[in-house]
Amino acid sequence: MSTDYGDANTFLGVRLDRFERLYETVAGDYKATFGLTTVVLFVLAAAFAPELAPYDPMAQEYAIMQAPSLSNAHPLGTDSFGRDLLSRMMYGARISLGVSLGAVTIGAVVGISLGVFAGYFGGWVDDALMRFVDVLWAFPWLLVAIMLVAVFGQGVWNVVAAIAFAYIDDFARLARGEVLSIREEEFVLAAKNVGLGDLQIMVEEVLPNAVAPLIVQFTVLVARAMLAESTLSFLGIGVKPTTPTWGALLGQGRSLIGQAWWISIIPGIAIVITVLGINLFGDALRDAFDVRGEGGSP
Amino acid sequence: MGIERYVAKRTLQAVAVVYVVATAVFVAVRSVPGDPARLVLGGNAEPDELAAVRAELGLDQPIHVQYYRWMADLARGDLGDSIYTGQSVVASIANAAEPTLSIGLVGITIAILIAIPAGVVSATRRDQWEDYVATGVAFLGISMPSFWIGIVLLLTVGTAVPAIPSFGYASISEGVIPWLSHVILPATAVGLPYAGIITRMTRSSMLEVLSEDYMQTARAKGLPPRLILFKHGLQNALMPVVTVAGILFALLLGGIVAVEMVFGIQGFGRLLIRSIERQDFPIVQGSVIVISIIFVFMNLFVDLLYMSINPKIKYGGGT
Repeated sequence: MSTDYGDANTFLGVRLDRFERLYETVAGDYKATFGLTTVVLFVLAAAFAPELAPYDPMAQEYAIMQAPSLSNAHPLGTDSFGRDLLSRMMYGARISLGVSLGAVTIGAVVGISLGVFAGYFGGWVDDALMRFVDVLWAFPWLLVAIMLVAVFGQGVWNVVAAIAFAYIDDFARLARGEVLSIREEEFVLAAKNVGLGDLQIMVEEVLPNAVAPLIVQFTVLVARAMLAESTLSFLGIGVKPTTPTWGALLGQGRSLIGQAWWISIIPGIAIVITVLGINLFGDALRDAFDVRGEGGSP
Repeated sequence: MGIERYVAKRTLQAVAVVYVVATAVFVAVRSVPGDPARLVLGGNAEPDELAAVRAELGLDQPIHVQYYRWMADLARGDLGDSIYTGQSVVASIANAAEPTLSIGLVGITIAILIAIPAGVVSATRRDQWEDYVATGVAFLGISMPSFWIGIVLLLTVGTAVPAIPSFGYASISEGVIPWLSHVILPATAVGLPYAGIITRMTRSSMLEVLSEDYMQTARAKGLPPRLILFKHGLQNALMPVVTVAGILFALLLGGIVAVEMVFGIQGFGRLLIRSIERQDFPIVQGSVIVISIIFVFMNLFVDLLYMSINPKIKYGGGT
């Protein structure tokens, strides 16, 4: 049994003409082009940080330690330990982008599994799983993070876990809703009739048809995850203080705001541009895939 | 299903969710690796000190007794006492609530004052420059962390306008003007991302309503455009906005906590962060419960509100 639905070619279950539309949307839309370009630039800066960064992000220059400054040698300035902010931000991008992508991926895998099971089987399975999702939802992500840190201490994985946890319910609800509208479709009934197993039907028949809104959701939540990570790191309950994520850099600048405004402002600009890029790209995806609605978690 | 039964069912569900959250918190606190008492007192505590703290936290009792006590106390609204200050958790949270609620409420007011007009303009001037500006600003708002907006406001408005203090909080009992002047910057920081979200929602909701048949009818009847827009259009468009805005209110929390830190405001966020630093477990677990209750009942309230303003919605159809 193949998942070929007649004439349209598919990739990841999304009809190829939708990707063509996506290409047209991105190419023809100023904000989509801007979004994709910035995201690609930041990903490249993160990926090639060891090659591109002008300084070692941990190297301290004692001479300028007491007077963090902007100069030609350090165009984005140095922090209170005399470390080059540009280099720290490039390395920080790896963690900030990695944490966000990792957290949303975990949230998506768990949430989509829950949602697909709930929607596909219905009845008491649906009731039980969705009540569980309600409970997850009732835990504000910030407090989950706080409890994780209180119990296990600071660390990148706790941040990933807290943010992933917060997005499970978003994915579960969305996937369930999609599956509810798909499971009565003829091709699903046909697959049942020819004796395919439930799991196989879910993975091969149902999920590919629900993938477009999930991709949009994924994009939007990556943007939110970046904001969440920066908030946690800023509050000092995220990564360890020595880890140079954008939020942590910003947090360290707070005490120096009178003398060295750029330590707080420049990493913030990086966050804003990246998140804006992802949001704009997500919006273009939404248009291209013809997905309605917005809203959800912070 | 009748409306009374639906309300009763949803309320029971909400209570059940809170019950499960309370159980989860109970389990989480007790699954801390090592001894919570040691975590409270630090590594060099004497055994009798540890035993005293354990007794104080009720950790020397059998687990089912602990669970029963925890639930019984919770039902009576007793969340225990702070290990550090000895003050009750409920009182500690209540004392810290005013600045946090002030920032939240003023923030939402600012957001709505910006967002609803911006969303309406964006929809009625679709694909014209007004729409592009509103959309661009909304996306920018959504993409900024509140605490960073706070820092920027602090550096610009806070230093340029001496009448606006950039630090601390003044209770509303000291007068509206001092209160508002302290709250305005943090509230703006919290409100701008929120305004971005509501602008986008108002826009898409308004666009949908504008294409409805009854709008066509209203125009055909020759009603004045303003009346059509506000009476027929906005009123209907705002309904989904109200629902989501209500839910998002609860989600402002993360932003408020961080913004409180920027402006040095002794609110709920400050209490939370300090309690973690001091490993004040009763406060941390009490806060989780309180926030969850607010979340769950806010959601319930918004659901019921939505239902009562939109009689088309059937009760009991799924979740």
